[in-house]
Amino acid sequence: MAALPAASSEIGAIRKIIARHRRLDFVFGILGILALMLGVLTFLALFVDMAIQGLPRLSVEFFSNFPSRRASQAGILSAWVGTTLVMFVTALFAVPLGVAAGVYLEEYAPKNWVTDLIEVNITNLAGVPSIVYGLLALGLFVYQFGFGQSILSAGLTLALLILPIVIVATRESIRSIPQMIREGSYALGATQWQTVRSHILPYSSAGILTGVIIGMARAIGETAPIITIGALTFIAFLPPAPFSATPPYFNFDWLFSAFTVMPIQMFNWTSRPEAAFQQNAAAAGFVLVLMTLAMNGLAIWLRYRLRKNLKW
Amino acid sequence: MSAVAPREAVSAHVNSAGPTHARLAHRRGRRAVEKAIEVALFLAALASVLVTGGIVYVLVSESVAFFAHVSLWDFLTDTQWTPLFDDAHFGIMVLLSGTLTSSFVALSIAIPVGTVIAIYLSEFAPFRLREIAKPFLELLGGVPTIIYGYFALLFVTPLLQLVFPQLPGFNVLSAGLVMGIMIIPYVSSLSEDAMRAVPMNLREGSYAMGATRFQTAIKVVVPSAFSGIASAYILGISRAVGETMILAIAAGMQPTLTFNPLEPAATITSYIVQVALGDLPHGSIGYQTIFAAGLTLMLITLAFNVLGHFLRRRFREAY
Repeated sequence: MAALPAASSEIGAIRKIIARHRRLDFVFGILGILALMLGVLTFLALFVDMAIQGLPRLSVEFFSNFPSRRASQAGILSAWVGTTLVMFVTALFAVPLGVAAGVYLEEYAPKNWVTDLIEVNITNLAGVPSIVYGLLALGLFVYQFGFGQSILSAGLTLALLILPIVIVATRESIRSIPQMIREGSYALGATQWQTVRSHILPYSSAGILTGVIIGMARAIGETAPIITIGALTFIAFLPPAPFSATPPYFNFDWLFSAFTVMPIQMFNWTSRPEAAFQQNAAAAGFVLVLMTLAMNGLAIWLRYRLRKNLKW
Repeated sequence: MSAVAPREAVSAHVNSAGPTHARLAHRRGRRAVEKAIEVALFLAALASVLVTGGIVYVLVSESVAFFAHVSLWDFLTDTQWTPLFDDAHFGIMVLLSGTLTSSFVALSIAIPVGTVIAIYLSEFAPFRLREIAKPFLELLGGVPTIIYGYFALLFVTPLLQLVFPQLPGFNVLSAGLVMGIMIIPYVSSLSEDAMRAVPMNLREGSYAMGATRFQTAIKVVVPSAFSGIASAYILGISRAVGETMILAIAAGMQPTLTFNPLEPAATITSYIVQVALGDLPHGSIGYQTIFAAGLTLMLITLAFNVLGHFLRRRFREAY
């Protein structure tokens, strides 16, 4: 009983400690919001600055004109055509290769050192700086294989760059399919490939698509590897058309054509000292940001839908 | 009619070996197809190893040619980098100083801010805020680096010049700061994943002892998630070291040996871009320098990857 008065003063001390920790809690909450705001504000500043600088230049002519020595007449025709063709080549190589590798690692691979080697290798590839892919392409595609500084070289380079992204997305998507789906398929006498083709691939396709879109959004903005292969920065012509009205209807000359892409065009304009060209850079950058935002947004939305609708 | 048909079918089946044969042959064919598909898929997986092989082959073979001209000692100790001058010097330290300075500036933004965001989103933020903030950060990480380069040169540098009137138009500080903001999402998203993987009952134990959210976050969650957070930092470091376009645009490309972020500088990556923008003949010493620089860059990122692997092993907590 005699200890009671002492205890009440201790209670006061404890209350003080609690109050201090509560304050710390509160302060950290504010700090967290501030840190988030730093990201948000930077993004807004970037977006708004680019819009203010670039929007006056955005017109139909900007999309249908070639780059020019006169800033007011310069456009991004060769750049967006080049980007489209390069992205086509990239998807053509990265998607089948990445999906096949992902399927192999999840559904077929035995547990042995070869599989371990492949897995460690993919993890490491994901961390290789993009400019190193550019050096690989310069040494191998441009000179060793003789593809030159062409759409084919650029497309292949970006395909290798996003390969780890596609593989990882494929694997994660396949891993979320419950084992009983496979067992049901085997129980009906399906072979492994039949199971993969009619169950695993359809069920994982939305997840794979998400990964492919994120990979392509990354590839579309990659500048360093394409500069490294020595892509010219002033291209005032289009590659030969892939289709023609006369036989043989298709031709592949465009694969070996010189080209420019959106980020290269933007880099070219950014590095000019004249303000008029920097406005062009802002306009090209605005288009580029909108493209990557749209692609990433689509991927995020797809994943959100997927998580909401898919209940095994 | 209907009674006869099955008997006919059965007798046909027993009497002639044909259909069974055909079915067995079909099954053998199926098996061959299965095997072929497996081999094809395996080759696709092996392609990624070929990519690594290709990278190593290209970098090493061109670097060997380079080091036939320049001694390794000069490469590591020379304090000048003038490969295209008549009086050529090849001191990689010059480029390394630029890479280190810019990475330091970037990481001193990205690591603290990224960690605070991760702790906040994982332990403090209400569910709705997290659902909005995570995709937003992802978008921030998806913006092409060339856009950040433009932003650093034409928006951040003029802003910094209000604070430091002496700041030149090209400088490492503005490039590094913008690079740091670019890296925040990489650090925060991986760290947050690691923190969210910490089991709830550890937190509940801490709360039951009367700890606040901040105490729980700092003393329980962060130590338990340390290996994942370390991986996030390592990823951030390799992104900073390998970042190219922001530096090529905003940091100038002057090879000077300096650790002062208020000056322009060349980094390993921006040097490669600079050479690639000109047209150096294939096989010349200038052409080979970019591969030697690339090899140095590869070795640095490899060292950090190995360190990350070691950290993950050493501090892995299994639940």
